[in-house]
Amino acid sequence: MSLTTDDVKKIAHLARLGIDESDIESYARDLSGMLDLMAQMSELNTDNVIPMAHPMDQVQRLRPDIVTEQDNREQFQSIAPQVEAGLYLVPKVIE
Amino acid sequence: MEWEAVIGLEIHTQLATKSKIFSGASTAYGAEPNTQACAVDLGLPGVLPVLNQEAVRMAVLFGLAIEAEIAPYSVFARKNYFYPDLPKGYQISQFELPIVGLGHLDIDADGVKKRIGITRAHLEEDAGKSLHEDFHGLTGIDLNRAGTPLLEIVSEPDMRSAKEAVAYMRKLHELVRYLGICDGNMQEGSFRCDANVSVRPKGQQAFGTRAEIKNINSFKFVEKAINYEIERQIDLIESGGAVIQETRLYDSVKDQTRSMRSKEEANDYRYFPDPDLLPVVVDEAFKAQVKTTMPELPDAKKQRFKDQYGLDEESTTILTSSRQLADYFEIVVKESACEAKICANWVTGDLLAALNRAGLEISDSPVSHERLAGLLARISDNTISGKIAKQVFEEMWRGTASADEIIEAKGLKQITDTGAIEAIIDKIIADNPGQVEQYRSGKDKVFGFFVGQVMKAMQGKANPGEVNKMLKDKLK
Repeated sequence: MSLTTDDVKKIAHLARLGIDESDIESYARDLSGMLDLMAQMSELNTDNVIPMAHPMDQVQRLRPDIVTEQDNREQFQSIAPQVEAGLYLVPKVIE
Repeated sequence: MEWEAVIGLEIHTQLATKSKIFSGASTAYGAEPNTQACAVDLGLPGVLPVLNQEAVRMAVLFGLAIEAEIAPYSVFARKNYFYPDLPKGYQISQFELPIVGLGHLDIDADGVKKRIGITRAHLEEDAGKSLHEDFHGLTGIDLNRAGTPLLEIVSEPDMRSAKEAVAYMRKLHELVRYLGICDGNMQEGSFRCDANVSVRPKGQQAFGTRAEIKNINSFKFVEKAINYEIERQIDLIESGGAVIQETRLYDSVKDQTRSMRSKEEANDYRYFPDPDLLPVVVDEAFKAQVKTTMPELPDAKKQRFKDQYGLDEESTTILTSSRQLADYFEIVVKESACEAKICANWVTGDLLAALNRAGLEISDSPVSHERLAGLLARISDNTISGKIAKQVFEEMWRGTASADEIIEAKGLKQITDTGAIEAIIDKIIADNPGQVEQYRSGKDKVFGFFVGQVMKAMQGKANPGEVNKMLKDKLK
């Protein structure tokens, strides 16, 4: 499978990555190579194989429903660019 | 042309856990902004989510209640999108392997029973809240809600009218509260609904193009929004247009839906299994243990109330509308030793009316079940009449005194001294010869006049049954 430069731009935008126009060509080539490898693996018969959700063969540990966290707002907000009335301020997202 | 609507609902229920789905921060509503948002909820680098057992238990309990298959193995996935109230840049949700599979819920819409399929229910985390008003052109973000556990319940497109959709939503609302997995508070956003609506010519198999109406937060608005949307789509098609697949918002003030400006890459969420979380395994032992905590469900309780107490459809529907109300009623019956029908009338009548007037829930009732039982016991042993009981109830509502204390203090005890009643009856008969004549000449209606006069003279304290009997004898 071959990715176009537009595909690469779209993927980069979805991931909010800024990429150099001059690198797009090589990204397209590398990513296409990875997809080709996937396509090659798809040729294997996996009828009786359970899809792997995680490389570790273990199950999720559960924690009891207990509140263990304290209020650390002041500390967290000390590294935020802008706060007001306890809120984190960000550029307006709707008009 | 005759059109048919096809409706499916996605309902987000906030699970009533104490802590968040992947962190130990509190989920309590109404805290100061960002005081319940810990490092995990903020998506700070290096943190790891750990799944809350109670959220899993609640999801399994729900699955068992709708007779769904519980996945022995389910997987969390990342749903990727950028929005400031989602600090990680992805929401942890379930995609290919949800914890609850196909189940169903039986509804009753205007007397018509119908089974609605539930495609799936999956666990996920809620996002934070964006406050768009008044921060010098900036948006304020409160992440207290981020990481609150949600169970998203997705129905099959089985509903054909707004009425059916509301009946389904109400039934689900009742169920999650019965199970104790969600407080159902719609104002606080604990129970939110998205509706998928499409129309097709009646008889056609294929679905039409659907629009999704987001975040409708009341039963009334769900009905109105769906009705508006059905009309809009039919008008559009009949005038030569076509419905486009999009997300719409319901404006309750204008009573219409409008298009949300479609996001550039709508629905390109690029789901993949979250490497921070391992697969969740629900084994038979866990399922069996959860099953032991299953309460009596609404339909079963309703049937039992009919069988055990001989109540009609209307009273049982009201009494079983919440577990708290049903429990209240059953305790009153047990403690008052009063006839179940009378208890039902009191609970669904005077008590609920007073609660509604005061805007209170049954759990906050100023008249506890002990006190109401105390009152009804006095009706049942003929100490007071039903009419006097209403007066005592009002007094109980305003204060803390028991029925017995009020009856004693106000001298409301029913007069059972037949001599005293007889004397009054004799006097009234003597004072109203005209009415006596009318009654004796066959005008039965006048009887009510005599009862009224006697009760008035005795300030309502006579036993009405006794008065009726004695009057009949005397007027013969």
